[in-house]
Amino acid sequence: MRLPAMPDEWLDRSRTVRFRFEGRAFEGVAGDSIASALWAAGQRTQGRSFKYHRVRGILSAANHDVNVMVQDGQKLNTRGDVVAVREGMDLTAVNTFGGLAKDRARHLGMFARFLPVGFYYKAFHNKRLFPMWERVFRRITGLGVVDFSTPHIRTAKRYDFCDVLVIGAGPSGLSAALSAADAGARVVICDENARAGGSGLYQLGGDAVRRQHTRTLLDRVKSHANIRLLEGTYAGAYYADQWVPLIDADRMTKMRAKAVIVASGAFEQPAVFRNNDLPGVMNGSAMQRLIYRYAVKPAGNAVVLAANADGYRVALDLIAAGASVAAVLDMRASVPPSAQADALRAKGVEILAGHAVYEAHADGKGELAGITACRIDGSGRVVSGSQRRIACDGLAMSTGWAPAANLLYQAGTKMRFDELLQQFVPDQLPEGVFACGRVNGVFKLESRIADGQRAGLAAAAHAGHGTAGSVDVPAETESPSHAWPIVAHPDGKNFVDFDEDLQVKDFENAVQEGYDNIELLKRFSTVGMGPSQGKHSNMTALRILARLTGKSPQQVGTTTARPFFHPVPLSHLAGRGFSPQRHSPLHGRHAALGAVFMQAGAWERPEYYAVEGKSRIDCIREEARRVRTAVALIDVGTLGKLEIRGPQAAEFLNRCYTGRYDNMKVGATRYAVMCDESGVLSDEGVVARIAEDVFYFTTTSSGAATVYRELSRLNIEWKLDCGLINLTGSYSAMNLAGPASRKVLAQLTDMDLSSAAFPYLAVRSGSVAGIPVRMMRVGFVGEWGYEIHVPAEYGPTLWDALMKAGESAGIGPFGVEAQRLLRLEKGHLIVSQDTDGLTNPFEVGMDWAVKLDKPFFTGKRSLQIVKKMPLKRKLVGFRLAENYSGEVPKECHLIIENGDIAGRVTSISWSPHVGRYIGLAFVLPSMTEPGTPFSIRITDGSMVAAEVCSTPFFDPKDERQKEIE
Amino acid sequence: MKLMTCPMNGTRPISEFAYWGEIRPAPDADTCTDDQWADYVFNRNGAPGVKKEWWCHTPSNTWFIAERDTEKDKVLRTYLHGEDK
Repeated sequence: MRLPAMPDEWLDRSRTVRFRFEGRAFEGVAGDSIASALWAAGQRTQGRSFKYHRVRGILSAANHDVNVMVQDGQKLNTRGDVVAVREGMDLTAVNTFGGLAKDRARHLGMFARFLPVGFYYKAFHNKRLFPMWERVFRRITGLGVVDFSTPHIRTAKRYDFCDVLVIGAGPSGLSAALSAADAGARVVICDENARAGGSGLYQLGGDAVRRQHTRTLLDRVKSHANIRLLEGTYAGAYYADQWVPLIDADRMTKMRAKAVIVASGAFEQPAVFRNNDLPGVMNGSAMQRLIYRYAVKPAGNAVVLAANADGYRVALDLIAAGASVAAVLDMRASVPPSAQADALRAKGVEILAGHAVYEAHADGKGELAGITACRIDGSGRVVSGSQRRIACDGLAMSTGWAPAANLLYQAGTKMRFDELLQQFVPDQLPEGVFACGRVNGVFKLESRIADGQRAGLAAAAHAGHGTAGSVDVPAETESPSHAWPIVAHPDGKNFVDFDEDLQVKDFENAVQEGYDNIELLKRFSTVGMGPSQGKHSNMTALRILARLTGKSPQQVGTTTARPFFHPVPLSHLAGRGFSPQRHSPLHGRHAALGAVFMQAGAWERPEYYAVEGKSRIDCIREEARRVRTAVALIDVGTLGKLEIRGPQAAEFLNRCYTGRYDNMKVGATRYAVMCDESGVLSDEGVVARIAEDVFYFTTTSSGAATVYRELSRLNIEWKLDCGLINLTGSYSAMNLAGPASRKVLAQLTDMDLSSAAFPYLAVRSGSVAGIPVRMMRVGFVGEWGYEIHVPAEYGPTLWDALMKAGESAGIGPFGVEAQRLLRLEKGHLIVSQDTDGLTNPFEVGMDWAVKLDKPFFTGKRSLQIVKKMPLKRKLVGFRLAENYSGEVPKECHLIIENGDIAGRVTSISWSPHVGRYIGLAFVLPSMTEPGTPFSIRITDGSMVAAEVCSTPFFDPKDERQKEIE
Repeated sequence: MKLMTCPMNGTRPISEFAYWGEIRPAPDADTCTDDQWADYVFNRNGAPGVKKEWWCHTPSNTWFIAERDTEKDKVLRTYLHGEDK
């Protein structure tokens, strides 16, 4: 029933909201949650439980009511207790078979004894029956239904910064925010609720003055220039150095604060007794939220089960809302004197100390119709014969709290169990993290406000504003939580975990079966593993385990509270990626030529150039043929390009690479191999001496960034007189290769291209097509060729000029795949394709490049050791039979010798110029002689015959790079 | 996400940094035994405590030294190589 307007209600009474639930039409008011609108309309049954499919209603109205989850079109598992109802919503309860009212699974509870604790483990233990059980469980469990046509939504994340972040805008949080802001800190305060104020605006005890404290704080916060208030925004997690993701309806904001104040309050904990899950039984704070936020009367005639001062305020709030209170059952042995108790007595409410609820009774619909009260003794046992029935349609449970300390745990806070408070409280907070209010074990309203001031000043001081003053926070005088809010019943159904339908006996059985450690108990029983993540069950489970094992809650300890605090939509997490992707300056030219791109490290490179009507492999072979017979151009601008200058540049290279560079002539180039400290091949390239004190050198495309970074570090460590420059992005490079390359190039330059003036492996500076170039005669693909390096902005111009000049010679572009084939025909290895993380230079026949007579180079000492040891494997060339037509082995297929692994294939390709499949492979040192036959095991397990052969496969004397007079 | 202070660029998120490893003096390559050298190359001391490490602020390619308490998961101080005063 809807109440008259409440002073702080969230409703906009001018707007009615029409929606459907389970096929029936309902009306609510704008601002209603789905659950409050339904409750106001008398719909108390709002969902079914996960396991036994029992009817459930509102329990917390605080985003933990996982039994009131509804499907809202493509949005599944919408929390009905907090999500605002919108016009036109068509909602269904999740997890039912044939609707909420007539759920065909509603009788599952009768089979409860066949569903013992740890049932999943027991059922799935049997391998043979696993598929059957999997089918059954997939059908009967699970929540909402995924609609696979749901659009993919990516939400950009926002970044934000502040001095002090306050999590929770209740009385202590508001007070903390004000103190910090007054000290000069820039403050952000967030609250997961649609409106700030927290319990300060609904735990009133019928006393309207009480709300005024919070109202005043809130008004000041809203008008404070240093404070930003974020409502409907929750702190999802705590990560190192005060990094907190803030989640709202639209996005995630990555908030970096200098100090964080956790003022997140406490979760009210349900009492445990038989049928404590009937619709109508709810936490006292849930009733107060219904009254003061949504102006909904929770019950007509209520009973309050209390064990703290909060329960008495609930009773007074119910009376203020026009409900009658049949009795207050206080689980404590005596009722502490208080104004609230006196006020209730004055209104004629019966207060029964030392009483609890023995069980709740349902009407025909399964909703609350009455309770049986009972007396309990000092240790919580039911006094037999004391049972007494009381009719009621509402039962408020106010027997205890658990701190909302999830983020404090994530921050690494050491918690301590306080016996007086019966609560875990922060014992040692990490640097930059502060706590106040109920999560800090402070419950009285005035004390919470003072505690907020204390935390606010301390946090501001940590962020560099003001000094942490001493604020007096009076100690609590009575416990807000009962040590044993649990009543045994022979027929069970006294639920501890509403997510997973776990009863008290499930815990007893689990402990009996040996799961007597909190972590084991959690996994075996699944307590706290449901969607509410134990927010209303972990503390009770811990109390039960402590009592069963004779330990204190401190000794039992808690499980880990992991991110996120509430479930976060995947669309919030699926934001933009930030991995860089690089395009060469010639990317546009490649695209225009029909390039099919492939990923090469951070780069996109042309794999090949597609030609209409031709297959991929035909295109690649045609490109390779063009290099061998005419002339072709490839973009090699992705190579790392570094320059080192200075008197000690040669010494620097001598130390970094395995070869010698101090004896190079200006104008010469030399192949260079780099090893790491253990002597493993790490990179390769070409070093060109431009001047006595200037070297220009290349690295592999994928190694460019790491090689430059490491060489920079070594330059700092060695303090040589030279400087390193990274030209990778500032230079474009292309390789003009093929028998006609010199003829093509000659049209564009007046440089002397004769063998005498510009021999193989020389470097020359000059001008091509009017562009200043550095040019090297290289032979990676085994043809006469020029690697031309120009400033990046000239790249496209040079490319166009070469393509035009080469037209009559039949020039075309070639891609990475054709280049791989061509270099394989020459037997050239590719570091990281033909080598791995353990390959040393001796295994790949590079002994010649390793100058062990140098005083030092990285990896030298290790290679001296390696050289003394017998080789374990060697890279060799191999070929398949001339007419081989079966399935072709792939890279990484194993070579098998006498049933054992004897090596693996690292490269393989059909060579049009050799007329066979050729490749490189690691084999045992005993198998390296050309002609040695071996077998490769392919995917289907069959063997393919191959034989070792010498390399290069093509033009073994390198005659094509030499001038034949 | 953790923060790290680059001596040149100030405090930045850890994702901008690359870790290289602890600074460890190499044994004299000319006089040490093969076993001593192998120990230096392959073994690392994982015991928690204060370590001096190479870190690089990658966008600016700034190498520096960080003293890090791996037990308390705290960066104690950072400085450029050779500026340890």
